[in-house]
Amino acid sequence: MTKPLLSAQGITKRFGDRVACRGVSFDLWPGEVLGIVGESGSGKTTLLNCLAGRLVPDEGAVLYETASAGTVDVHRLSEARRRLLARTEWGFVNQDAREGLRMGVSAGANIGERLMAIGARHYGDIRRTASDWMQRVELGLDRIDDRPTAYSGGMRQRLQIARNLVSNPRLVFMDEPTGGLDVSVQARLLDLLRGLVDRFHLSAVLVTHDLGVARLLTHRLMVMQGGEVIEAGLTDQVLDDPQHAYTQMLVASILPV
Amino acid sequence: MSPVLRVSGLAKSFVMHAQGGLELPVLQDVALDVAPGECLALVGPSGAGKSTLLRSLYGNYRPQAGSIRVRHKDEWVELVDAEPRLTLEVRRQTIGFVSQFLRVIPRVATVDVVAEPMLRRGASPEEARRHAEFLLGVLGIPERLWSLPPATFSGGEQQRVNIARSLISDYPILLLDEPTASLDVANRDGVIDLIRDRRESGAAIVGIFHDVAVRDALATRLHTVALPGVRA
Repeated sequence: MTKPLLSAQGITKRFGDRVACRGVSFDLWPGEVLGIVGESGSGKTTLLNCLAGRLVPDEGAVLYETASAGTVDVHRLSEARRRLLARTEWGFVNQDAREGLRMGVSAGANIGERLMAIGARHYGDIRRTASDWMQRVELGLDRIDDRPTAYSGGMRQRLQIARNLVSNPRLVFMDEPTGGLDVSVQARLLDLLRGLVDRFHLSAVLVTHDLGVARLLTHRLMVMQGGEVIEAGLTDQVLDDPQHAYTQMLVASILPV
Repeated sequence: MSPVLRVSGLAKSFVMHAQGGLELPVLQDVALDVAPGECLALVGPSGAGKSTLLRSLYGNYRPQAGSIRVRHKDEWVELVDAEPRLTLEVRRQTIGFVSQFLRVIPRVATVDVVAEPMLRRGASPEEARRHAEFLLGVLGIPERLWSLPPATFSGGEQQRVNIARSLISDYPILLLDEPTASLDVANRDGVIDLIRDRRESGAAIVGIFHDVAVRDALATRLHTVALPGVRA
């Protein structure tokens, strides 16, 4: 592969007078998992939303190498094309699973809906694929007809992941996917995500404030402070040999167990 | 044999921002070459920078100056300031690192922890599993533990799992940081045999061995490491 899958070029986003992120550039290559770390308010979620086409940056461009239609400028696509891209080639895992799921329909329908959106019509096939994915994310098949309202937080998050991955996306955006979950539930989810990323050779951009999550799941890290990327590199380089004062402070702040 | 790892002019210091930007120079103008079949033992007092050098060779620490070139797929590649994906590719195919500690992944079975690097290099799951079981057997990990995650194992067992994981692929270059640190004599000798086999089949090895018996059994040459300004 000679081209990056995703290329951010000078992304700047302002809200009024406040600059949420400034001049962010990077290339994401196929099979890479890039982590964006930093404290609350550092601009990482804003950046993620710009990358995924959910927010329009004030400056800069996001280029995406599609599976079959060449390179596209994400923010110059029509709304319809961008939605199609988001449904077919991308996934987006929200911190709050309620935002990424339809709470009023069954788990099976949540997974099946994504399939129908990309053209699946045969009920038996959809049901079978949904069942496979229930098992892959370690949800009991006896819960397939339950609504996510009857699920625990960890189960909802696994269902959201199944809903996103069922359509075989090439690129997944994740915003604090383990945030707000109990530690034991987090470990299970991390392990699951790690396995899925490997198995399906996914590329991903993962926002987290948890350096332990970043260590386990990402190949590369960008550290953000005040809307700017202040340090970047291989994950183990950034965490074991942090260069910037802010990164050193973040790494030194991890509580030993 | 011509070298497969060439280091020259390597410099690394740590700047501690929490200590008012205190700069600690650790490596200065380090040069070494390692050829296939050689095992270079890094020697020097504690704190002299042996681990810093070893971690720099793996691309884990980022030197400020100098060159680390490795023979990777019949080409020379430079690891200082390399693109992350190049460093990852070199680690996948060419350089293996045995650290003192296993970074445990929750819930993954020991046999899968060991097999993973081989899978990533494209081996079939069956082949990788067979090889993992073979190594775990050689290293004396009881079979009843293979399907359990190593999180609850003893220090010595975790270290042997770590060694199995690091040796499962035939890396042409191996970096060893105290590979026998928490092992008893019987297990230590098993590890020595495995590493000697690698050396004799042509791996280029750089290692830190505090245990003199281990060093004597494996090293073909010594390289003294000293802090800048300190006479070696």
